[in-house]
Amino acid sequence: MVPIAYYLVLSAILFSIGVAAFLIKRNIISVFMSIELMLNAVNLAFIAFSRQWSQITGHLQVNGQIFVFFVMVVAAAEAAVGLAIIIAIFRARNTLNVDQIDLMKL
Amino acid sequence: MHLALFIVFAVLCVAGALNLLLQRHPINSALSLIVVMSSLAVLYLLLGAEFLAAAQVIVYSGAIMVLFTFVIMLLNAGKEERTHGSKLAYIAGFPGAAALLGLLSYIFLSRRGEFGQARLGEYLATTSDLSRVLFRDLLLPFEVTSVLILIAILGAVALARKEH
Amino acid sequence: MSPDLHLWLLPIVPFAGFLVNGLVGRKLPKAFVTTVALVASLIPAIQVAGIVTKFGSLTLPHVENLGTWITAGAFHAGFAFQLDQLTLVMLCVVTGVGFLIHVYSVGYMVEEEGYWRFFAYMNLFLFFMLTLVLAENFLLMFVGWEGVGLASYLLIGFYFTRESAANAGKKAFIVNRIGDFGFLIAMFLLIAHFGSLSFSSVFSQITARPDWQGGFLTAIALFLVLGATGKSAQIPLYVWLPDAMEGPTPVSALIHAATMVTAGVYMVARTHVIFDRSPLALTVVATIGVATAFFAATIGILQTDIKRVLAYSTVSQLGYMFLGCGVAAYSAGIFHLVTHAFFKALLFLAAGSVIHALSGEQDMRVMGGLRTKIPVTFWTMTAAVFAISGVPPLAGFVSKDEILYQAFIAPNGGKIFWAVGLLTAGLTSFYMFRLWYMTFFGERRAPEAAQEDNHGAPVHARSDTKLTLEAEPHAHPVHESPWVMLGPLVILAILSVIGGFMGWPEALGGSNWFTHFLEPAVQTAHLSYEQTSVAIATGAAHAVPAPTPAGNHHLELMLALTSTLVAFLGWLFAHILYYAKPALPARLATQLHGLYSLVRNKYWVDEIYGALIVAPVLFIARWLLGVLIDRAVIDGGTLTAGYTAQGFGALVARIQSGNIRSYAGWLALFAAVLLAVSYFGLTAHFSLR
Repeated sequence: MVPIAYYLVLSAILFSIGVAAFLIKRNIISVFMSIELMLNAVNLAFIAFSRQWSQITGHLQVNGQIFVFFVMVVAAAEAAVGLAIIIAIFRARNTLNVDQIDLMKL
Repeated sequence: MHLALFIVFAVLCVAGALNLLLQRHPINSALSLIVVMSSLAVLYLLLGAEFLAAAQVIVYSGAIMVLFTFVIMLLNAGKEERTHGSKLAYIAGFPGAAALLGLLSYIFLSRRGEFGQARLGEYLATTSDLSRVLFRDLLLPFEVTSVLILIAILGAVALARKEH
Repeated sequence: MSPDLHLWLLPIVPFAGFLVNGLVGRKLPKAFVTTVALVASLIPAIQVAGIVTKFGSLTLPHVENLGTWITAGAFHAGFAFQLDQLTLVMLCVVTGVGFLIHVYSVGYMVEEEGYWRFFAYMNLFLFFMLTLVLAENFLLMFVGWEGVGLASYLLIGFYFTRESAANAGKKAFIVNRIGDFGFLIAMFLLIAHFGSLSFSSVFSQITARPDWQGGFLTAIALFLVLGATGKSAQIPLYVWLPDAMEGPTPVSALIHAATMVTAGVYMVARTHVIFDRSPLALTVVATIGVATAFFAATIGILQTDIKRVLAYSTVSQLGYMFLGCGVAAYSAGIFHLVTHAFFKALLFLAAGSVIHALSGEQDMRVMGGLRTKIPVTFWTMTAAVFAISGVPPLAGFVSKDEILYQAFIAPNGGKIFWAVGLLTAGLTSFYMFRLWYMTFFGERRAPEAAQEDNHGAPVHARSDTKLTLEAEPHAHPVHESPWVMLGPLVILAILSVIGGFMGWPEALGGSNWFTHFLEPAVQTAHLSYEQTSVAIATGAAHAVPAPTPAGNHHLELMLALTSTLVAFLGWLFAHILYYAKPALPARLATQLHGLYSLVRNKYWVDEIYGALIVAPVLFIARWLLGVLIDRAVIDGGTLTAGYTAQGFGALVARIQSGNIRSYAGWLALFAAVLLAVSYFGLTAHFSLR
């Protein structure tokens, strides 16, 4: 018997840690991984809410979990393309340091 | 019992996340992330999402994180150097993250009663439940995601190819 | 029922000529430009001739309304033209003399680069002058008034590459503007008191109220006088006219002799209803007129540039016209306007012919002996000189004498006016004959004669060159002008000789047709000036219409004889000083050195104006307004705004650093803000009620 709110708070904690990691990390792959962490936190929240909704309406609601399904698909695709981009950047600039990839500025 | 399981795996999640944050070498961060994902899979099970728990382990930990590990090893990413980046990230970012955490926690905990309690074993979402929705109501989006994956593959190949 | 005379065509045809020549004349051959210009000035003349034949059948004043211009509350102003005797006289002068001068200009300006521009501006001038004369209300008249000032500026500054010409144009326009300010104030006062600017409305309101005398009517009249002094070059605003000689000679003839400068006189005559109610204003007009006449004549006797002499002569004769109007003898003033148009235009055109003959020389000190070489010019100019000097029976004698007689019999100091006017007539005769002798008689003087200090002033820069700026008096042989230039001279000479007969006074056996013709237009139906001044003098509540006294024919005859005597005296002195004993002027100049220097330098009026008025204004404009307000406040304000925007922009641009982590920082911060706002319902404050 666990209050669903606890799951949500956990999701919030994981999300914030993901944001903090995004801000701290200098390796671009680490930054990417922090994004994955944030996505996972959100997945947890979705599933918790779908459970809550099932309990409110009284019968099984799976729409939240369908959403998570799609999130996973998109995360996979995004990870593939993103890592390919990182490889391309590495080939061009020979560095994985986020602070040194700053050409898109005024 | 449910609570004990929850607490254990929740602590594991947070610990892994913190380790991701604090480690200097990306491969350590990647492995920590795998720990987080696996713990999350257990938590999904506790919430009754069987299929998704399995998918989490197979897709996330098993495929995506492996991809990450491959790339880290391919690019031979080393320990992070301390470079001067943007102070702004710290000045604006940390308060932002802290505010997010505080705000969300406040929202969820203050409405604890509305969310109710989760019991183990109730409202289990089997694969057939999910597939019923996927292949009937959401067939088009499902097929579109396959196109999406195809495009992702093509994109990845095109981007990561060696220039001749 | 008055037939429709299509009065609107009169100004429009020259305007069309201006448009055609102005827009396409540059690229087209001179013959085309000539044709357009001459046709555009001939058609109005023909139309006026047609109007003259129909004049008897018109109900006067004949008004043609073309539409509404301004409707603001109770105030209404329209485009309306009117025709009465006064207008008809002005129309004849403007179109007739205008056309002759256009013909003359074809020959005079033939070698100019800006040939097309000249005729475009001349046609534009005709348009505005005709508008001025035909206008039925003050506002439309003001349009013409300003417009002729503009045309004058354009034509004075015709040789705009020459700095003196450009400055002269500016001076004319600016001095005119001061007068126009007076006109404007008068119009405002008229609207305030009468609620209308239409002549018929204002005048009928005044004539319906015999008890209106002085007061606000004086104020209106005085402001109108200010406008008239600007346009008609009277004291204190005459200074532009001598400088206006920088323009080509036909311009001086048309604008600064025959037509534009007479607009002030015309205006006073047109608004005589107002002036008749204000003896003070009339006295001011007469005083200014006679003072200017005398003053300008004294300057004219010492000028050495042939055109300058004629310019000061114009100022002086305009003073006579003002004197005529100032003693309420409006028809006498207008009569002198007409005759002056004839002989002054002739004088200028003939001077132009002389200058043309001498290939650009204007200084009289190097002229001489031209009588035999350019005979037609000589004889026509002789006619003009005799006319302006008041030798009977030529035109100038009749009109000038009429004014002097009317001045003599006028109340309130008329005899003083007469005396000064008589003295001025003598001076006029003197300097005109001086010009005559210096130009045509004696031996041709060498250019060195100009450098000699026999008149105490440096060689006056010639302002009317057509070919080169260096004088080559012996390079081209002295030749008579072509007939296209001489034809108008002959016509004007004939008019100068016989023009006086239309106003031949009854005292000498004539019928004075002119005065009787104009009477309905310039005599107040209800009250005349004499009656008003009598009423004021006797303290009557309002003047009683009394029969005007019959003129004293014996007195008029005596005065005419006196003027003739004075004219011949002037001739005699000129003969002595410039023909019989040519060394005498130099001796007199050295003996009366102080006085001579004062007059030679035109009483230093330009310099005084420059120091008293122009310098302070320039100072204010350049330093107070220019530096203090324009640069500091206005520029400073806008620059500050610009720099502030730039500063902010630079600040904000730093957000786009290219650094992903700073972007993430901002994202996190504002995500939290958004979350808070949406959760705590702060957006509800912005919902529509």
